[in-house]
Amino acid sequence: MIRASRQQAVLALVAIAALLAMPWLVTSDYYINIATQIVIAAILAMSLNVLVGFGGMISLGHASYLGVAAYLTIYLSTHAGVGALGSALIAIGATTLLAMLFGYLALRASGLGFLMITLALGQILWGIAYRWASLTGGDNGLGGPIRPRPFGIDLMNPTAFFYFTLIFLVLAVWLISRFVQSGLGQSLQGARDQPRRMRALGYNVWLIQWLSFVFAGFWGAIAGMLYAYYHQFVSPQALHLTTSAETLLMVVAGGTGTLFGPVVGAALVVILKNVVSAYITRWLMLLGVVFVAIVLFMPEGIVPGLRRLRETMKMRPASSAEASLPAAEERTT
Amino acid sequence: MRRIGALFSTTFLIGWALAGAAEAAEPLKVGFMTVRSGALAAGGRQMEEGLQLCIDAHKGEMAGRKIQIITADTAGQPAVTKTKAQELVERDGAQVLIGPLAAFEALAIDDYIRQTKTPIISPSAAAEDLTQRKPNPWFVRAVGTSAQAHHALGEYAAKELKYKRIVIIADDFAFGHELSAGFQRTFEQNGGKVIQKLWSPLNAAEYGTYITQIDPTADAVFAGFAGGNGIKFLGEYKNYGMQKPVLGAMTTVDEGILKRMGDEALGVISAGWYSAAIDTPANKKFVAAVQKAYSADPGYYTVGAYMACEFLNNALEQVKGDISDKAAFMKALRSVNMPESPYGQVKLDQYGQPILDITIRKVEKKDGKLQNTVIKTYPAVSQFWTYGPDEFLKSPVYSRDWTPAK
Repeated sequence: MIRASRQQAVLALVAIAALLAMPWLVTSDYYINIATQIVIAAILAMSLNVLVGFGGMISLGHASYLGVAAYLTIYLSTHAGVGALGSALIAIGATTLLAMLFGYLALRASGLGFLMITLALGQILWGIAYRWASLTGGDNGLGGPIRPRPFGIDLMNPTAFFYFTLIFLVLAVWLISRFVQSGLGQSLQGARDQPRRMRALGYNVWLIQWLSFVFAGFWGAIAGMLYAYYHQFVSPQALHLTTSAETLLMVVAGGTGTLFGPVVGAALVVILKNVVSAYITRWLMLLGVVFVAIVLFMPEGIVPGLRRLRETMKMRPASSAEASLPAAEERTT
Repeated sequence: MRRIGALFSTTFLIGWALAGAAEAAEPLKVGFMTVRSGALAAGGRQMEEGLQLCIDAHKGEMAGRKIQIITADTAGQPAVTKTKAQELVERDGAQVLIGPLAAFEALAIDDYIRQTKTPIISPSAAAEDLTQRKPNPWFVRAVGTSAQAHHALGEYAAKELKYKRIVIIADDFAFGHELSAGFQRTFEQNGGKVIQKLWSPLNAAEYGTYITQIDPTADAVFAGFAGGNGIKFLGEYKNYGMQKPVLGAMTTVDEGILKRMGDEALGVISAGWYSAAIDTPANKKFVAAVQKAYSADPGYYTVGAYMACEFLNNALEQVKGDISDKAAFMKALRSVNMPESPYGQVKLDQYGQPILDITIRKVEKKDGKLQNTVIKTYPAVSQFWTYGPDEFLKSPVYSRDWTPAK
């Protein structure tokens, strides 16, 4: 247990060092921008993972927080004349409030009902963004040059902006791992596995799930703010069901209920969608094939799947039968 | 020692001179953004065909420079479009962009174009504001705006067809809103009245619910559809036994989809800045080339991409292939003037929008094939119709709820 966490810490340090060195390793701004997109997608996927992986609540409406925060950030800073910091704070605050409301509505049900309610709520927001053209610009979207200049640093520079998003990713990894290890996070996982027993033990399962829902919405809002800064444009596409589904795909492909699974999943999807599509026209098909391959060979996702493979390698001399068990129980993070 | 030094420096000089020469002969890189996956892929393919035709016609060379086309698939998603624009400009070193297909894609990269000061020619995105209230100095359009042709149709419907009451049914997205509002504006100005507006979703499965709502007292129906929706609507309109004449937007009966329609399309009167049936030598040559290569009539996307490429050629010839001075190249692109083209005569206004001959077209059957026969031409129509630019730009952009000022 201790060894595993030390190993993880080393891995995390290596990953952070690699990310910090990224701008020196690649020569073109293009790849830095791709890395930035991965970071933003990773934050969004990690926030969804709080619900899906640790809470067992599968949501198909997570694009709501991304989209609403992005719309608010752009609308407030370019159209309503609020300052950069002010509009970011209002956007995140308002989106978190929205998550409170959505959580209140969606948590009346669980399982499939929960999924359908989040889906419906997400579609309502999409409809509003699409129809309320005087506010949102309809399907033409909202644009505006809005990257802020904190402490005089020009975030229009791709490298500077990459580091800017990286700060948020590090914060997200740290705070979400703290959350998962905290009493609240532990009881959330308890509520996922044994809701009735948790209730019998005197836990307020609804409240635990609701607080986690809001926490996830908050990080979705952070991702949305970064999305707005990065693209300097938002259209109903950001709120669309496909965005929610894609985020869910990242979580599932990377490994639900692991800390770094969503990051790996986000990298996979963003790279396939943006880089590989330049070489392969049918990249959507490739995405499908990759996903099927993941489901076949690593049904628990890439990160736990690789961990299992490593264990299998190590244990092969002793006994290989036990190690081939799915690692679903192993949620040490 | 000195000798060696001399040898070295000579080698260096030769190498340098060679490198210089290679630079002069370097091909001009043109980034082309199209859509190969998703709902818009059919239009994307036609754009690729149009562009290829133009490049072939110039044998891959413009103003003495080789043209290298780098194609990227935007998947019809704004966020991907931005990444693809970055890929083309930053990684592949594209000096000019042609694309993207949809208006929301063009708007998504608007700021990026300004930042990187990359000249861009739009082969299809028709959103009014791109050349009106938010003009981008690096942007030039090779097609009409959403309403450019439909201003003319509104006047034609009121003055020549003598319609008094019209029902509008159109796709519920910005393009549909803009073209309908343009039609409504001139139609009502000439004494007509739009008595009902029906907006059907872009991905409507069927139009029965909308067709049955059409006010029976109307003289005619104006159908403003894009993509493949025109096929579905006209087919169902006939099946419901509707007799009222149909006016169409340019894209409702576009050549790209007309080949998939039957008799239900006969008699539809529409307006456009292009028809495959325009009877000029330049257009006949173009249509023949398209038919030879792809055995189909050119439509909106084909001719748009073809003309975007011709604009590029025209501007490159003005600057003699030297694109290093971007401002000078942009000035040339803005002063494109083509006396002859498939469109007819084309020149640009100060906003980077072509002034085009608008034709009123009627779907007829000729040699067993549907075509848009030209029945009237409005020469040199600006995006502002007959209004002054200042007056036009003062009112808000055409929208779903746009009501003409009385």
